[in-house]
Amino acid sequence: MKLKIPKEEVMGCGHLACQGCGATLAMRHALKALGKNTVIVLPACCWSVIDGPFPHSIVNVPLFHTAFSAAPATASGIKAALEIQGKDTNVVAWTGDGSTYDIGLATLSGAAERNDDMIYICYDNEAYMNTGIQRSSATPIGAWTTTTPVENPKETHKKDIVSIMAAHRIPYIATASIAYPEDMIEKIKKAKDIKGMKFILVFSPCPTGWKFAPQLTVKLARLAVKSRIFPLVEIENGIKWKLTKEITRLIPVTDYLKAQGRFKHLDDEDIAEIQQIIDVDWNRLLEKLEK
Amino acid sequence: MGNHALSYGAKLSRAQVISAYPITPQTEVVELLSRMCASGELKAKFIKVESEHSAMASLVGASSVGVRTFTATSAQGLAHMHEMLHWAVGARTPVVMGNINRAFAPPWSIWTEQNDSLSQRDTGWMQLYAQNNQEVLDSVIQAYKVAESLDLPVMVILAAFVLSHTSETVEMPEQEKVDEFLPPYERKYKIDPDEPHAFGGLTGPDNYYELRYKIQKAMEGALSKWKEVGKEFEAVFGRKYGLLETYKASDAKNLIVSSATIASTARNAVDDLRERGVKVGLLRIRVFRPFPAEMIRGILGSVDKVIVIDRNIGFGSSGIFYQEVKAAMYNEKKTPPIFGVIAGLGGRDVSSKDIIEIYEDVIKMKEPKSDIIWKGLKK
Repeated sequence: MKLKIPKEEVMGCGHLACQGCGATLAMRHALKALGKNTVIVLPACCWSVIDGPFPHSIVNVPLFHTAFSAAPATASGIKAALEIQGKDTNVVAWTGDGSTYDIGLATLSGAAERNDDMIYICYDNEAYMNTGIQRSSATPIGAWTTTTPVENPKETHKKDIVSIMAAHRIPYIATASIAYPEDMIEKIKKAKDIKGMKFILVFSPCPTGWKFAPQLTVKLARLAVKSRIFPLVEIENGIKWKLTKEITRLIPVTDYLKAQGRFKHLDDEDIAEIQQIIDVDWNRLLEKLEK
Repeated sequence: MGNHALSYGAKLSRAQVISAYPITPQTEVVELLSRMCASGELKAKFIKVESEHSAMASLVGASSVGVRTFTATSAQGLAHMHEMLHWAVGARTPVVMGNINRAFAPPWSIWTEQNDSLSQRDTGWMQLYAQNNQEVLDSVIQAYKVAESLDLPVMVILAAFVLSHTSETVEMPEQEKVDEFLPPYERKYKIDPDEPHAFGGLTGPDNYYELRYKIQKAMEGALSKWKEVGKEFEAVFGRKYGLLETYKASDAKNLIVSSATIASTARNAVDDLRERGVKVGLLRIRVFRPFPAEMIRGILGSVDKVIVIDRNIGFGSSGIFYQEVKAAMYNEKKTPPIFGVIAGLGGRDVSSKDIIEIYEDVIKMKEPKSDIIWKGLKK
């Protein structure tokens, strides 16, 4: 089998991420799809550190740091200015789940409603990892974080950001995973050719925050897809939902949960409950899929 | 109206990216600019953002690409922008913004007061307080020239309703002359895929300190830049502007110091008092940041008494222009007593008669008994 991942590396060496960081792999793959004619807009997130301190930068494309909630608005301004200069450049808001699901959600919604021309990519590691593993509204139910200790783990559901974005009827939405780089690269390439707001959610396991060995990052990402915790989909115009990765051998969520320290405190009953939630979510997704 | 003077200032300056969120009493600024962009009269992209925070974020981004940017806001909107005001300065972006001075809630108020812009005093924005609508329009054009030479943003500030919604005759500079006065913006370090850089990345104590020094140096340089640009503007358009303005001050025994529209009203008060043989003059502070301390020292050093009238208050301290004027005079060998008056908060009218009363009451005192003299406080 021949992999269809472009050989050319845009991203350089020397990143400052933790060992086994999913978000770093995500950027490496994304830049292969985006190419050098790209501007990255970065709010406060792990990548504020990963790219390296002044004067270092490893992405080899212009990278503009902005405030936590401000990436989509900053990207809107940069795109407008580049257009005025007659430049056709990909403008990418590259964000964590903290800014996407929480502090920057209104800003994201604003840019989406305006259908401003950008690719918004959220690398989702399901908590505030840069500040030391505090819960975000992307943290799944039952998970431990430093602000949801084992005595009182996260009690509420992970926010369904994909449906929120679909409700904006933007031209293109996709979920992607670092375990399926070809699927991810294809989706980003597709997004490049569409005008308007594109939203891509990339599942990015975090060994430090999820408490697993760094060599298992890709495996964890694959388990999330295979257990239907993170289905790979794309949505056109907020209406046409499509599954891009059929699961041939379904695995129980327990295999995914048991591989991570952040779920260590869960007993069989808790796990059964989570399985039920995932089953319900899956059925909700099936209803949305194009027949 | 003053709001339209802002819009025409942005248009004549050929702003390229405009991004704004509506707030009373600023709405006419952006309504007119929207129409100008829609009709093609102004070739600019107008981003209709969902908040003021996003307005400033988008302009910081656009300005970093190297295009001319404009927005306008007021009070709550300016406060909502606060984080990005710092970003505009740190990123060294010459954004120009109109701010309509309006009092903060709660309780809700839409009337004029300077606490909104003065709360942003230490962000590194240049601040200019206009006294009439001609000055509003002219100042926008000058602001771009100063801002772009120093890579620092400028706030052009006008009083809610007193200027924003008051119609006055404003002479419109010819576009060709403005183009000559204000050439297109050229940015040295910009977002450009052909020359990739990271902007604003993590910077340790070994470098951050010097970056702050450079902002301060740019601010200090702005003092002469405003003067220079004012002279250049006068040569082309015939209207004279400086960092500050004096009125009947050369032979004055006592001076009233104020800003914005209170200062323009104070001119009438000075005339009335002069008719009665009182040797009083006026100092209007137009550019508040950078603060023209040296010039103020040169003017105040030789008078008997100084009365500073503030339409603002630094809670727990005193009027903010008063604090600044006093601080400027402190190390002088000879300094007159300086009296601080708080007047017109929340848009309460400050008439020429009020200013005469302030003058007559204060001048009886030998020296200030406290840092605040309240004018018109209801008992």
